[in-house]
Amino acid sequence: MLSRDQVLHVARLARLELTAAEQERMGEELSAVLDHIEKIGELGDLADVAPTSHVIAVENALRADEPRPSLPAEVALRSAPESDMGGFRVPSPGPAPA
Amino acid sequence: MRPRGSSAPGAASPSERSSRSALTLTAAAAVARIRAGELDAAELWEGYRARAAADEHNAYTWVADGGDPPALGADAPLGGLPVAVKDLFCTEGVPSQAGSKILEGYLPPYTATSVENLARAGAPLLAKTNQDEFAMGSSTENSAYGPTLNPWDVTRVPGGSSGGSAAAVAAGSAPWAIGTDTGGSIRQPAALCGIVGLKPTYGAVSRYGMIAFASSLDQAGPFTRDVTDAALLFGAMAGQDPCDSTSVGLPAPVALPSRTDLRGVRLGVPEELTGEGIEPGVLASFHGALDVARELGASVEPCKLPHAPHALSAYYLIAPAEASSNLARYDGVRYGFRADAAGDLLHMYTETRAQGFGAEVKRRIMLGTYALSSGYYDAYYGRAQKVRTRIREDFDAAWERFDFVVTPTSPTVAFALGAKTADPLSMYLNDFCAVPMSLAGIPGISIPSGLSEGLPVGLQIAGPAFSENALLDAAFALERAIGFDAAPWRHVA
Repeated sequence: MLSRDQVLHVARLARLELTAAEQERMGEELSAVLDHIEKIGELGDLADVAPTSHVIAVENALRADEPRPSLPAEVALRSAPESDMGGFRVPSPGPAPA
Repeated sequence: MRPRGSSAPGAASPSERSSRSALTLTAAAAVARIRAGELDAAELWEGYRARAAADEHNAYTWVADGGDPPALGADAPLGGLPVAVKDLFCTEGVPSQAGSKILEGYLPPYTATSVENLARAGAPLLAKTNQDEFAMGSSTENSAYGPTLNPWDVTRVPGGSSGGSAAAVAAGSAPWAIGTDTGGSIRQPAALCGIVGLKPTYGAVSRYGMIAFASSLDQAGPFTRDVTDAALLFGAMAGQDPCDSTSVGLPAPVALPSRTDLRGVRLGVPEELTGEGIEPGVLASFHGALDVARELGASVEPCKLPHAPHALSAYYLIAPAEASSNLARYDGVRYGFRADAAGDLLHMYTETRAQGFGAEVKRRIMLGTYALSSGYYDAYYGRAQKVRTRIREDFDAAWERFDFVVTPTSPTVAFALGAKTADPLSMYLNDFCAVPMSLAGIPGISIPSGLSEGLPVGLQIAGPAFSENALLDAAFALERAIGFDAAPWRHVA
């Protein structure tokens, strides 16, 4: 069972604000899913098995280094909730850590 | 099953009747008639557009405006027959929200390569289809834009995550559609809606412009009325793309299927995926399909995929881990929703994500972040990637004895809306038969094998990487012999 502290720690890593009710439910639901997932422990020692990160054999795919037009800045900014002076505008990160 | 070709109600004028009956043609038949000058592409465009606009299954999140259809290239092989596209494909200037509130109103500045390929081939964008948020779900109930209903029974789910595309094709409001499959999201809704769905080999179709869920698994593919349509649409969307370094060229062009027997074809039936946990009615339909395969000349033998029972566990570590990383980009800065929150930057991020994501997406982000976090990485994510290797090896061993493996696509028929929303694990178990193929990156197709309790059952056929032509041929032979003719699109007035 995931503790409330573990849930809060993971939520902080994931940049998610959880309500008190969500914290409780998340702990229960994730614990139930993890109980099922932990059955992969039954497969024993897998030290000699290479992990799969990519299923199809591909060589490093490099394109020719030729300049091409990119998205104009005003188009890239069009979907932004807030933009200013050709950039994305965000709230202040707050005071610098001491 | 209902008879073929039931007629429209009597009040229609002859021209209305002819355009209605044109909407009950398969896509390949409609394209052939357009190209022969026997059908007007503009009439079909308007016919489908009107049907999509009048949709009663919440299958769509956006439908093209009336007026002239988009202009076509000189020799567009798909003749102008339009296509419905899952919401998570970026389409320039057209809302692309991936079923999420966090992308509400997002108008991408570019179009996904696969959608561009289709438009260039003569299949313009008809509509965007509803889906589980960021493709996370097996029922299309996780959409911020409301659940999609199953056209066979509107009290039931269409499956997911590409449930809108499946419902659109099943109902006949789109001639064909595309979706994405990460762990069954094409095959399972195709099964639950009684149509054909193909998940191609990983890399066959460009992922450029697909809003990412789990990048090592995501793959786009067609939803169609029959296997021939699937080959036609797949052929038009596939191909290597300089914008997706994981895309690869197909070893041979996609051929239209023509095989009518299965002589010499060896089918393996994995015992791990065809026993416990499969509904009796689904198993009965599956065994009926195996009998048909034998009558067509196939050999049908049991096979073993010893690690398949662990595929779901590995999948629910790998996919959420990749998702937690992919979804880090939704922070209220560059596009989409930003919470109206006072405070500093970090508070804006956490509030935007708290208000913008739905419950299932939060659950998967949490699961994935946990699996990748310090102290747990090796035991969870690292181990899951090793199990993935074992699953690939199981399939490689199977291909030494078999041409294809066959399973039911989904352990159940379409379930009632709300039946599994309170229990995430029971929802996840729906992908039990589909996930092993996703982890191995191999192609799988679902075709209807019959009915159970009046609802469609899907047969999954999976083959080695890049065996799509042979897979489509085998599916075509089975489809023809099974003769499934109950789908709603055949009978829409």
